[in-house]
Amino acid sequence: MTKRAYRDHLGRPLIAVTGMGIVTSLGQGKEDNWRALTSGTSGIHAITRFPTDALATRISGTVDFMNAPIISGELSFAFADAATREAMAQASIDGDFNGPLFVAAPPVECEWSQRFELADEAGLGASEENAYDGILATLRKKPHESFTRSALFGTVAERLADTYGTRGLPVTLSTACASGATAIQLGVDAIRQGRTDRALTVATDGSVNAESLIRFSLLSALSTQNDQPEKASKPFTKDRDGFVIAEGGAALVLESLESAIGRGARVLGILKGYGEKADHFHRTRSSPDGGPAIATIQAALSDAGLDETGISYINAHGTSTPENDKMEYQSLSTVFGDHLPNIPVSSNKSMIGHTLTAAGAVEAIFSLLTIATGTVPPTINYENPDPAIEMDVVPNVKRDHNVTSVLSNSFGFGGQNACLVMTAEPA
Amino acid sequence: MSKSPTDVVITGIGIVSCHGVGRLAHEELLNGKQAPAPVIDRDRFAPYPVHPMPQIDWSTQIPRRGDQRQMENWQRLGVFTAGLALDDAGLKEDPDACATMDMIVAAGGGERDISVDTLILNEAATRNDREVLLNEKLTTELRPTLFLAQLSNLLAGNISIVHKVTGSSKTFMGEESAGISAVSTAYERIRSGQSTHALVGGAYNAERPDMHILYEGIRSLAQGDWQPLWSRDHVGGGIITGSASAFLVLESRAHAEARNATIYAVVTAVEGNRGSRDEGALETRIEDMAKHAELSDGSDLLIMSGASGRHELLNREKATIAKNWPNAALRGYGGLTGHTMEAQFPIGIALAALALKSEAILPQFDQNHEAIMPEAASSALVTAVGFVHGEGLAVLKAD
Repeated sequence: MTKRAYRDHLGRPLIAVTGMGIVTSLGQGKEDNWRALTSGTSGIHAITRFPTDALATRISGTVDFMNAPIISGELSFAFADAATREAMAQASIDGDFNGPLFVAAPPVECEWSQRFELADEAGLGASEENAYDGILATLRKKPHESFTRSALFGTVAERLADTYGTRGLPVTLSTACASGATAIQLGVDAIRQGRTDRALTVATDGSVNAESLIRFSLLSALSTQNDQPEKASKPFTKDRDGFVIAEGGAALVLESLESAIGRGARVLGILKGYGEKADHFHRTRSSPDGGPAIATIQAALSDAGLDETGISYINAHGTSTPENDKMEYQSLSTVFGDHLPNIPVSSNKSMIGHTLTAAGAVEAIFSLLTIATGTVPPTINYENPDPAIEMDVVPNVKRDHNVTSVLSNSFGFGGQNACLVMTAEPA
Repeated sequence: MSKSPTDVVITGIGIVSCHGVGRLAHEELLNGKQAPAPVIDRDRFAPYPVHPMPQIDWSTQIPRRGDQRQMENWQRLGVFTAGLALDDAGLKEDPDACATMDMIVAAGGGERDISVDTLILNEAATRNDREVLLNEKLTTELRPTLFLAQLSNLLAGNISIVHKVTGSSKTFMGEESAGISAVSTAYERIRSGQSTHALVGGAYNAERPDMHILYEGIRSLAQGDWQPLWSRDHVGGGIITGSASAFLVLESRAHAEARNATIYAVVTAVEGNRGSRDEGALETRIEDMAKHAELSDGSDLLIMSGASGRHELLNREKATIAKNWPNAALRGYGGLTGHTMEAQFPIGIALAALALKSEAILPQFDQNHEAIMPEAASSALVTAVGFVHGEGLAVLKAD
């Protein structure tokens, strides 16, 4: 390959993905996940992790098969660790990773189980004025190092950095539901800036507990269709009523294409471009005109050197909330216009639910697998289409389709928007 | 130093600490004849002293009451201070600049509702079905808006809503490291030409027992009276936390000069690292970062140390500084502002930039450990040593 072939339309290094690892409620590893996803299997189930009596939402896509303590920080690390191990193995990187680490991690606080333990140890009564006073008195008597470590936001990244020998100060980030995409974007930037030949980008979320479920529930964000859990997430349908909270982890090894080819690594796809734009409309709602989402998609296309004719599949954010799906359709139809009916658009969340912090990276991996296999995963539970959303959502059954470029959308609370464009390896 | 259009320059400073609101209050402090008297609240969180938030008229930067109500003090403080920085840079009323501005916020989590937590723990004392109790109480007692006030990325989200900064929005977490990475990422984006202007910073509310328990899990908080930073030897772990915030507007020189912006200082290096803190390892990392930043000793070098105050780390950082930069003037600003976690590094950079621009001869913050400054500094080193993990530094030069 000539030197020029390693550069993009703006003369920047092309960025290859050489390793991918994934954990969702569908299973651990790319093979299990892809088999389940393309066969239209749902990972959503009744919650057994904690009692759900009297809760409006009693279903989720928790990952219940990992051997880790049921504490958000521990679960989040376990998913990240498993995904990273798989990605490193696929990229044939033994020993230290030796590049920077970007981790999208949930802002998890200490767990109620930990608070109860501390309160018991402090011998708190039933009429304390401020329970924290008693807890602090106990901590003054005896250190609880593991408690502090588990409640620090940087701990997941610290543990990953030690385990995989990454270089420098890892970045731990949160852009809500766009976090996974942001982690990848930061990895792309580090390579484009010439600071490194490779970057490890990880996104993880193991934060489904009673409090997080109730918090989202109080915002009326979650589906309450508990009776048939596997049917609850139904993006783009008329009876969609909220997202299904879920867990997962994903890791991608990014490398400059030149470095990947130079060391004989297998190139799984190209991270061609990204777009980002914040929304100032509302804390939980997108601008009704979709302006910021449209700008984000357009920025991603332009960064990738493509126009509206250049995308062969769209991996939608597709949360199954009334607002997101409507806004996402409006944005896509504005950007892609007459081309949209010819572009398959599907939502992985119909099967795995909304993996929140992990979603952008989980779905980037599914996007790259779509390119690699020529199989487009379906949007399941598409039984009662929303007539206001006229898109080819790949209803219910996977489809063979030659895909050379994918747009993957992520939109989140706090006005966060991030889109990624991935393409096949250049011929 | 030769000037280049891609130099990263500081053109806006918003800062709030227990010593007051805004750039001028802190410029005065840096140019004072002697260190200001400590501003300390010893009682409210006894035995832990804290540096409290000053009086703030929120409405000067957050005009809508509805916006103020959607936040707790951590987010309010950050949104307020971000507004000061935009004002100071002359960009507050420039919608195009704000709509294309990158934003990186270093954030922790927002305030928990202490009374709801207490209510649940009180009931739990007499019940065995605690998980059921949790569902009952959280469903009925949690305020929906409080979730948003707690979400880490909603400080940035509120800055977008209140100040219309929407070029991009990223939130970094991970204690002090978040502040280091936030500044470093903005710096690298501008230096490489990917961005022309960015808002970067963080805020910390120290007046919350839900944060104190994190520090006290490793017994790192000071108890009783305030002591100057490097002199701390009272009961407890040495850290006195403070409510404070700093936001910076960083620009490429070309962008700043094109609009005739005031340049406080040039940022010439931002470094970060982490790892084992066994004997010698921490010291070596600080030295390696400084080597990479090409920093030489001199009587015109100001070292603004972000030392947290934690006993185990205090003298190690100080000894490393004394060994490598014996002629520089060391000032531990955490003794004045308190330790401010994610905001600590941005606050250090804000103070260093103000010191350089105002050609300050800084008073000794700790007379027993800090030498008299012979001359105004022409460059500054800002250090950060996380109370548990992560280290970083920045080098600033007078322009």
